[in-house]
Amino acid sequence: MKNRINQKLTEDKKLLSIYFTAGYPALNDTVKVIQDLEKSGVDMIEIGLPFSDPLADGPTIQESSTVALHNGMTTKLLFEQLKDIRKTVTIPLIIMGYFNPMMQYGIEAFCAKCQEIGIDGLIIPDLPVAEYHEHYQQTFEKYGLINVFLITPQTSDERIRFIDSVSNGFIYMVSSASTTGAKNTFGDTQQHYFERIEALGLKNPQIVGFGISNEETFTQATKTAKGAIIGSAFIKHLTQNGVDSIEGFVKEIR
Amino acid sequence: MSYQVNEKGYYGDFGGAYIPEMLYPNVEELRTTYLDIMNESSFKEEFNQLLRDYVGRPSPLYYAKRLSEKHNTKVYLKREDLNHTGAHKVNNTIGQILVAKRLGKNRIIAETGAGQHGVATATVCALMGIQCVVYMGEIDIKRQAPNVARMKMLGAEVRPAKSGSKTLKDATNEAIRDWINNPVDTHYIIGSAIGPHPYPDMVTRFQSIISEEIKWQLKEKEGRENPDYVVACIGGGSNAAGTYYHFLDEPDVGIIAVEAAGKGVHSGESAATSQLGKEGIIHGCKTLLMQTQDGQITEPYSISAGLDYPGVGPLHSHLYKTGRGEFYSVTDDDAMAAGLELSQLEGIIPAIETSHALAIFNDKKFTPDDIVVISLSGRGDKDLNTYIDYFKL
Repeated sequence: MKNRINQKLTEDKKLLSIYFTAGYPALNDTVKVIQDLEKSGVDMIEIGLPFSDPLADGPTIQESSTVALHNGMTTKLLFEQLKDIRKTVTIPLIIMGYFNPMMQYGIEAFCAKCQEIGIDGLIIPDLPVAEYHEHYQQTFEKYGLINVFLITPQTSDERIRFIDSVSNGFIYMVSSASTTGAKNTFGDTQQHYFERIEALGLKNPQIVGFGISNEETFTQATKTAKGAIIGSAFIKHLTQNGVDSIEGFVKEIR
Repeated sequence: MSYQVNEKGYYGDFGGAYIPEMLYPNVEELRTTYLDIMNESSFKEEFNQLLRDYVGRPSPLYYAKRLSEKHNTKVYLKREDLNHTGAHKVNNTIGQILVAKRLGKNRIIAETGAGQHGVATATVCALMGIQCVVYMGEIDIKRQAPNVARMKMLGAEVRPAKSGSKTLKDATNEAIRDWINNPVDTHYIIGSAIGPHPYPDMVTRFQSIISEEIKWQLKEKEGRENPDYVVACIGGGSNAAGTYYHFLDEPDVGIIAVEAAGKGVHSGESAATSQLGKEGIIHGCKTLLMQTQDGQITEPYSISAGLDYPGVGPLHSHLYKTGRGEFYSVTDDDAMAAGLELSQLEGIIPAIETSHALAIFNDKKFTPDDIVVISLSGRGDKDLNTYIDYFKL
């Protein structure tokens, strides 16, 4: 079977992907959040595996991770919560997390479990592309997992081409030099960056993340890119409104 | 067996650069330039001149007669406490500020635990007229008030790290996040032998002035360059790395690392990483770190803010795993007693970090002929409040 991410990327539309932290706001909200996001028309979901020291994240996702861990979230428990997820959910599911908890679970065991549950890909911000290429790519591919890499406005063309060559799904285009949730609008700098990447003619489509919070930024980001990812803004919505009005949040984006 | 970092940034199984892509250009710039910069003759000249005229190097290698008599062996103390700013930390900050200048950076960030590295960073920033922001755990800000005041007086901004355990590891996270958000103009001066490659190697090389001096100083005093043992306390491990560096490939020199056991290694309140840690990733490198089974980094404890860190540098993990280094852990109580002992035998009040190294005599027996060099990494002024509370002075 073709990976769900690849299938989704062939659809003739701009993709909306939403990030949330597993086990937040309450420990057992994970499945409901996923189901409601799919019902609301979201194209892809990033399930955040919480980590005690999330280096690339701003205060909103840090705080949600702290709460989730405090609630009792663990890698094992996440897999337990997700074991029947494919009975109700068909859109691509990606686990986004830091490398240490995966290492401690065992990389091969982690990948095998992802395949068993029906996870399609992984985003691991602190696993560098060279390290992945040398040590882990075979294992990820053996279990049908797409690993997604980040690029930033500071990433050189040469490195972007290397990342493109190692990728087989999409490239996560970080909109600006920042941690998550830091910026609210896109200016000329971002537009130039989006256009520069478009001009490279990469084999993998790009999905923009960091700084997407509403319809305006979603539209701007997807002018050249295939889709966009919303994280911190959705976490803030969950913090303020709980899990009962997820559809309302999504409808305001598009 | 090599104890030098390899071309991929590893010491054996440990090291590397596990960083988000946002940091890649900064770290890569440093990786590809640091050795060339450090080898420039103009760099060496400026570095050595500042170490001599500003820091006050060479620091004395002092034969501690009464301490030696007490423990029936020959003890030399490498007096890093006599450096300007009161600890070994300044050796590294002088080096890194000169690197930052050559890279054209005009803003410096740093993390600090006990405040010694923060003070050393604020000092060199004042010296060079460069903006300085120091991240410090909210809890450490409270227990190290004199150093916070020093940093402010030196013109640095001290930003509290309020996440997680609110200590050194969280201050390091905040500094890394700052660097992600300010990738072009900012250099991050890491204070310990940790972080993504090339930091552990760069910090170790700047601190290696300690062992370089020990060699010629011991030759003058004892007619030989190599002691039988070198001893240092270890949190992240920068003073230890500098103390060991020129002896790593000298098999007749025993390498001893002393960690903080806090209230006891298995008390749940400890920072004895080699005993409690497992291989994992912290702050950009693969190393031994204290963590839950699930891979969440745990909150360490030590009475000494400078040792209150859940990992050790990758060089030290390698020394531990290969057996090249002997690792001991010392409780708060034993460290405080050793600090008091040094004060009253030699008239030197050590930093509480250093007091851990001085407690080695409880665990390790030396012969009367052994020459034992202990890194006296810092002075105790900053810890006076902790000593006062502990001893009811």
